[in-house]
Amino acid sequence: MKHLLSIADLNKSEAISILDTATELARVGDGAVKKLPTLRGRTIVNLFAEDSTRTRISFEAAAKRLSADVINFSAKGSSVSKGESLKDTAMTLQAMGADAVVIRHSASGAAQRLADSQWMSGSVINAGDGTHEHPSQALLDAFTIRKHLGMGASDLAGLNVAIVGDILHSRVARSNVLLLAMLGAKVTLVAPPTLLPVGIQNWPATVSYDFDSVIPHVDVVMMLRVQQERMSDLFFPNAREYSRYFGLNGERMASMKSGAIVMHPGPMNRGLEISAEVADSARSVITEQVTNGVSVRMAILYVLLAGGALEVGSN
Amino acid sequence: MSLALSAQDITRALTRISHEILEKNQGSANIVLLGIPTRGAHLATRISSIITSIEGSEPPTGTLDITLFRDDLRMRPPRAIMPTKIPTSGIEGKDVILVDDVLFSGRTIRAALDALGEIGRPRTVQLAALVDRGHRELPIKADFIGKNLPTSKNQSVRVLLSEIDGRDEVTIEEGAEL
Amino acid sequence: MTTADYLIKGASLPDAKKADISISNGVIASVGSEFKGDAKNVIDAKDCVVLPGLVDLHTHLREPGREDAETVLSGSRAGVKGGFTAVSAMANTSPVADTAGVVEQVYRLGQEAGFLDVFPIGAVTQGLKGEALSEIGAMADSVARVRVFSDDGNCVSDPLVMRRALEYIKKFGGVIAQHAQDPRMTIGSQMNEGEISARLGLKGWPAVAEEAIIARDVLLADHVQSRLHICHLTTAGGVEIIRWAKARGINVTAEVTPHHLLLTDDLASSYDPVYKVNPPLRTEADVHALREALADGTIDIVATDHAPHPTESKECEWQEAAFGMLGLETALSIVQKTMVDSGLMNWSQVADRMSIAPARIGGYENHGQPIVVGSVANLVVINPTQEWTVDRDLVLSKSSNTPYHGHVLPGVITHTFFKGAATYSNGTITSVGGK
Repeated sequence: MKHLLSIADLNKSEAISILDTATELARVGDGAVKKLPTLRGRTIVNLFAEDSTRTRISFEAAAKRLSADVINFSAKGSSVSKGESLKDTAMTLQAMGADAVVIRHSASGAAQRLADSQWMSGSVINAGDGTHEHPSQALLDAFTIRKHLGMGASDLAGLNVAIVGDILHSRVARSNVLLLAMLGAKVTLVAPPTLLPVGIQNWPATVSYDFDSVIPHVDVVMMLRVQQERMSDLFFPNAREYSRYFGLNGERMASMKSGAIVMHPGPMNRGLEISAEVADSARSVITEQVTNGVSVRMAILYVLLAGGALEVGSN
Repeated sequence: MSLALSAQDITRALTRISHEILEKNQGSANIVLLGIPTRGAHLATRISSIITSIEGSEPPTGTLDITLFRDDLRMRPPRAIMPTKIPTSGIEGKDVILVDDVLFSGRTIRAALDALGEIGRPRTVQLAALVDRGHRELPIKADFIGKNLPTSKNQSVRVLLSEIDGRDEVTIEEGAEL
Repeated sequence: MTTADYLIKGASLPDAKKADISISNGVIASVGSEFKGDAKNVIDAKDCVVLPGLVDLHTHLREPGREDAETVLSGSRAGVKGGFTAVSAMANTSPVADTAGVVEQVYRLGQEAGFLDVFPIGAVTQGLKGEALSEIGAMADSVARVRVFSDDGNCVSDPLVMRRALEYIKKFGGVIAQHAQDPRMTIGSQMNEGEISARLGLKGWPAVAEEAIIARDVLLADHVQSRLHICHLTTAGGVEIIRWAKARGINVTAEVTPHHLLLTDDLASSYDPVYKVNPPLRTEADVHALREALADGTIDIVATDHAPHPTESKECEWQEAAFGMLGLETALSIVQKTMVDSGLMNWSQVADRMSIAPARIGGYENHGQPIVVGSVANLVVINPTQEWTVDRDLVLSKSSNTPYHGHVLPGVITHTFFKGAATYSNGTITSVGGK
C-alpha cells in the first residue's frame, strides 16, 4: 500500500492490521518507550493547505515518535496561501526529498490528484480533503470504539453506531460510514433532510430524521460539528431549532444505553450540536480520541513507510 | 533435516539455563526475564516457572518486541508488531535477562539493546539463547546457551514449541533462512 | 467539358447510394454514376461516406480575450480537421460579443483565416450580466449578420429578461439559444448531483436546475410566439420536456454534445478535471435518453460546445479547474461510435443532425445544402471503416483538454471541402485564403 487516500483503499484485514499495530504502539507511547528509531532518516511533510492545528500536531507527534524528520508547510504564510498551485508545491516537496506527504486541503480529491500525478514520488496520506474523506480520523474513531466496546474482538461486528449532524459536508462521516460498515458495525445517519446528500441510498447505513428514536438503540453516538455558515445557506432556520432536534443534551444522553459512549471529531460547538454537560460527562471519550489519534497515525506511517515492499506482511 | 534437540533435550537445557542464571546472579532477587516474541517469549515463561519452583518466588517476567528497532525493516513488507510487556517493577537498575530461541547474526539482540535503552538503564543485560548457531555479524555473545549448533549458512534452524507448534523439537534443515 | 477541380470517386451519399461527385468553381458540378471527364485531383472514396460539411452551432473560439487557450485561427484549423465548414462562435469572450464591433471583429478574423465560415453569436444581455438587452439589432444588421443570440456560459435566468429577449429577436428573425442552468441551485456546483457526487464530496449540479429553466422557457416561447433553442441538453427529464413542447407545436429546437452521448459522471471518480464540464456529465440513463432523442429527432442537432482551456486550468484540483472539453476534432467520430455503429441512426440522419438542421437553425444558407448539382461544395468525406487513436499532443486546437486521449475512435475524416477547395486533405490543412 503506497498511499492512504480513502478508506476504500483498505480491505478489512488491512484496516484491522492498522488498528492492531496502533494498539501495540499505544503501549509504547504509554510510558515505557518514548521514541522509536523506525523511521529515522525519513522526511515527512505536513502539507496543510487548510487550517488545522489538531490534526497537524497529531501527525507531527506521530512522525517524531518514530524518529522521522518533519517539515511543516502550512497554509498561512506559505506559498500555498500566496496562490502557488498544488503542482508547484508538490514539485518543491519532491525536490526537498519528501518520503511522504500528509495533505489536508479544501478541495475534494486533492490527495488523489497529488498521488496520481507525476509531480512527486512519495507516499500520500490524506489528512482531510474537502468534503470527501478523512481516513485517519475514521481509523482512530474505530480504534476508540474497539477499545471501549470491542470485547476483545478484532472487528466491530454487532455494534450500533449513530453519526449525527451535517452529513452532507462531512468527510469524517464519509470515511466513518465506509470503515464502520467494513468492520461489521451497523451505522445510522441522523440529520435534517437538508444535510443529507442526494444519492445516499446506496451507502451502507440507514437514515433517520428522528434523533430521539435512534439514541436508545446505539452503542456509540458520534456527533459531527455543524458550521455556523450552514444557517445562512438555508440548511436549517437557526441554531435553536437545530439544537432542539439534533443536539446532544443531557436529557438525550440520559436515554442512551448503559455503557454507550459519546464521540466527536472536534472542534466542538459547545451548545450547538453538543452541550457542555455531555462533552464533559463520563460517557464522553472525546479527549481520548485525540490521544488515540497519535497512536493510529503512528501505525499508518509505519505501515506505509517502514517496509520496503507494497503489501502488509507478517513475521 | 536432522534432529538437533529432542523434547527432553530442550527441557534439560532450560533447566540447566535456569540454574546458571541463578548461579551467576546469586539468586533471583534482582533479575527481570524478557522474552523476545514469538518463541523467546514462551521460553522466558518456561524459565520463569522453573526458577519459581527452585526459588519459591516468581521473577518479574515480560516480553520485548524488537520489530520497531530492526535495522532491516526496509528489506521486506512492513512486519506486524508483537506485544511488549515490561513488568511493573521496570528495568531500572535490574539484571535483565533477554531470552530468545536462536542466536544467529546478533542483529535481533542489538535491536533489543536499543529497545531497552529507550526504556531505561538496567544494571546488566544478559542473554539466554536455546540455540547458538554461529555466524555472528556483530560483537554479541550469549551468557547462557542451551546448545551450540555449528551450522552452515546454507542451513536453517527450526525451533518448534508445544505452546504454538504442538510439540517441542529443534531441527536443522537444508536451505538458507529467508 | 472543363477539367473538374476535384473528383470524389465511388463514395456513398448520405442515403447510401454510391456516386462519383465532381467539384468545380466552388460548387458541385456533377453527382452520379461514373464520371467520365478529367479532374485535377482524384480521391478514391470507395469505402467513404460524403456528408454536407458539418455545422457547429456551439463553439468557443476564445478570441478576443483568451488567445492563450484558442484563437479564431487555431479553432478554424481544428474545425476543418473535424469536418466542419461552419462554426458559430459563442459570445462569452473578453470583451463580450455584445456589440456590432466585437462580432464584426470575430467575423473578419474567420474570413482572414480562410478555413471555414465563422458565424459569431451575439450576447443576449450586455456583458452577459442577464440584466439589460445587448444591441441585438446592431449585431443583426452588422456584417456578421447575427441571428443566433446566447449568453452561453451564463443562463438568462431572470424570467422577465428572457421574455423580453424572446420578444425582441422576433423583429430580426433571430433565435435565443439558452444555457439552461438555474444559478441559485448551482452555486459552486462541480458535477452532476447524484450517487457519485455524494461519495466524492463534490458539490452537486442537480438535473432539476437545468430542467426547470427549459420548462419555463418553452412556455415563454409559446406565450410570446418566438423561437427558442436549448443548448447542450443533458438529462432524460429535459428530453421529456422538449418532446412535450414540440407536440404542442412550440417553436423550440435542442442540441446535444458528443460528450453527453458517451461519457457519464462516474468518470469524475478519478478527480481528473478533464471530465469537468458545464453542464456536467450525467448518468447512463440520461445518455440512453439523449441517444434515443437524437435518433428520433426530438433533439435536432449535435453541437460540440468545444471549450478549450490552457493546461494550468486543468492540471490542478477539481474545484480549481475550469469547466469544458475540446470537441471539434472528435465530434463526428463520437457520433459514429454512439449513434451509427450502435444502429440508432444512419448517415442520412447524421447529415441532418450535424449539417442540415444546424444550418437551418442558424440561417446559414451556404451550408447544409443537399449534395446535388449546383450546391455550394461544402463537404466532408469520412471513412467509417478506419480507426484512429486520439492523442492530446497532436490536436490542432491550441489547448489539449480532450477527454478521449488514448481512445481508439471509429471514422477517419479524409477530406473537408470549403467552397469547393480542400481545407483538409489526409492530414494537411490548407487555407483557402482570406478575403
